[in-house]
Amino acid sequence: MLALPSAPAPAARRQLFVGTALVCAAGATMLGGMLAVWLRFRDEARAAGTAWLPKGITVPEVASNIMLFSFIAIVVFAQWAVYAARRGDKQHTAMALGLTALIGLAVINAQAAVYTQMALPIRSDVDVNGYGVMFYALTGTFVLFLIGGIVFSLVTAFRYLGGRTTEREIVTAHALYWNFVTAAFCMLWFVVYVTK
Amino acid sequence: MTTIDRTIAPTAQAEPAGSVAHASAGPGTAVVATIGAWITTSDHKRLGRMLMVGGLIALVGIGGIGALLGFERADSGSLLESGSIQQLFAINRVGLAFFVVLPVMLGLSVAVVPLQIGARSLAFPRLAAAGFWAWFAGMAMVITSIASNGGPGGGTSRFVALFISSYGVMLLGLTAIAVSLATTVLTSRAPGMNMRRIPLFSWSVLVSALGLVLVLPVAIGTVIYLYVSYRYNRQPFDGNSGLVGFGPGTDASSNWLGFSLTQPTTFIYALPAIGFFAELLPLVGRKRMPKRGTMMAGIALVGVAILGGVTQTQQTLPWTGSKLYLGDFFWDKLGHLLTYAFLFGLPVLGAVVVLMLAPMAFLGSKPKLSVPFLFAFFGFSMVLVGMLGNLLTGIEELRLLGTVFEEGAYVYICYGAILSVMGGIVHWGPKLWGRTMDPKKVAPFALLGVAATVLASLPYYIAGFADQPADAVAFDYSGPQNLWNVLVGVGHGLMVLTVLGFLGLALQSFRKGELAGDDPWDGQTLEWATSSPPPVNNFSTMHSVASAEPLVDLKPAPVLLEENS
Repeated sequence: MLALPSAPAPAARRQLFVGTALVCAAGATMLGGMLAVWLRFRDEARAAGTAWLPKGITVPEVASNIMLFSFIAIVVFAQWAVYAARRGDKQHTAMALGLTALIGLAVINAQAAVYTQMALPIRSDVDVNGYGVMFYALTGTFVLFLIGGIVFSLVTAFRYLGGRTTEREIVTAHALYWNFVTAAFCMLWFVVYVTK
Repeated sequence: MTTIDRTIAPTAQAEPAGSVAHASAGPGTAVVATIGAWITTSDHKRLGRMLMVGGLIALVGIGGIGALLGFERADSGSLLESGSIQQLFAINRVGLAFFVVLPVMLGLSVAVVPLQIGARSLAFPRLAAAGFWAWFAGMAMVITSIASNGGPGGGTSRFVALFISSYGVMLLGLTAIAVSLATTVLTSRAPGMNMRRIPLFSWSVLVSALGLVLVLPVAIGTVIYLYVSYRYNRQPFDGNSGLVGFGPGTDASSNWLGFSLTQPTTFIYALPAIGFFAELLPLVGRKRMPKRGTMMAGIALVGVAILGGVTQTQQTLPWTGSKLYLGDFFWDKLGHLLTYAFLFGLPVLGAVVVLMLAPMAFLGSKPKLSVPFLFAFFGFSMVLVGMLGNLLTGIEELRLLGTVFEEGAYVYICYGAILSVMGGIVHWGPKLWGRTMDPKKVAPFALLGVAATVLASLPYYIAGFADQPADAVAFDYSGPQNLWNVLVGVGHGLMVLTVLGFLGLALQSFRKGELAGDDPWDGQTLEWATSSPPPVNNFSTMHSVASAEPLVDLKPAPVLLEENS
């Protein structure tokens, strides 16, 4: 009969962290691919001598810049949660996680404000180059990322407040996800809201 | 020292605890409980089997459509209603990759990899289960949409929209399974199993899963664009026409999802077939695999195909005139050559490295051929022929883009991958249901399968040079065009028969096959260190490994011809 030496109990392998990293990588290629198609369409519109932005539409820079600054706060709060969790500070961890989710909600609100202010038409007679279609698809997908992040924050907070304070990996994974969403928004902000 | 668990009777399927709880409440209740247990399962062995069976059953339909299209082309488009041709081409192409090849490959991987690396379960098993059901629901909706005059070329708007959205759901499900698999290999290995000691099959699965995690979301992003465009403004993405072209030769504006259904992206789908071939080499040679690190590098090199998928590009190589690489042409040509060699050439080089190293497994030993190896060899060979064909497709002057040549390469790769999975089922069957498949009965299916693959593909390599267009049933060229298309139809039909026969044999083995021992193939890796079938959590004790072939460390000396760990 074959026999192998028995091993000690396996050490924690940061499964959640690695899984989150893979999801972030998947999200990055997804958004990257969408931005690449956006840039291609924009180049084709310019090459054809037509305006990329539909006539009479202006991009609301205030709202989009506020979104960018909000992400800086989100990253700080997410890292604060990691710092507090490492120190076993339950109160501050919960507060940081709650603030992260709250500002995430505020960013969604800002995105809604962008939609309202732009009043971007999507009909084929106005949106000839596909700007509207792609704008809503791209930013709508990003809102899904945000909703995912808020759910992640809430789940992390509930688990932590529920007494699972030794499971710090989820707090780290949570911070990683928000870092990814922030980096993704920086790309989106530059391509969609700055270079237009 | 810990002895290997042999307390579980081979005939009893090791199932999750909940599944047998109602067994004593009557046969009807037991059936409901069993079905419920399968539906709600997150056990990787069950999920793997569900994916494989689902994929192989889907192949019966997809192969049938392939046969139908072959005969339709031979008959110049008079058999079928002309309005449905585009839809049949679409479902044939989409189905082969996403109903069949990816699910069966992921199924085999999900079932086997945790056992190979000494993990008690899959990482995120519920995510993988959700992925399976998302894939299944997506596939059902894609079929429904096409049957209801939706999909590419379809005329009913809401079913075209359903096709696009369900395509995305299907890809999302497959991505979830890939995330689960990659995390498993990265985080759940047995103590002592560092990355260099990962079994070659699991290594190929890791590379493939990482590729899927990076490539499939790009396709999902494209699907989102197509859906929003189709619902609200069909102009930018050409509405339904934007879905039509799936080949590299089609116009870029009608080829938005084509990159996910053609080479080199398909290399990632078929990569575990290369790993399976490499995995069986040392078993056949009955020694440790020499140059194992180089073998792993070769497998990883095939993963360069990920770049082709992520960038959604098909590289071509203009090969013009005698001034090639000289004078003014130098930098221009060099640029083309480098990108072409990088994206198309390197993956092929990786497969060639594996092939070149293969004979080393047999040097100085008495090879012991097995039926699974027959499948593995044929599967790998077919995939390699498809990859080599793809190298030719990119050379512009050969004018193969947009012809059936590319379709031939696609079928070579897909059917090659399926042959490998069939070999995997024969090889790891004892670990999946505790019984072996009769080698004398199974072996002919390997030969039948390879014949079917060659018949379904090779004629299109020839017809491609004669400029037979892809995705068209009416065409004209000098040559025996009827012969090539009839042969292709026969090849697809033969593949359907092969799979049906194979499934029948597997079912027979499942019900009354010979009981397998724990280690029927004189294995080298951890899955052979547990009972057949394994207990719920795979291993009754956690093992520690000290080499890439932990079981060889424990076996008598004669097989240890070469230390390489």
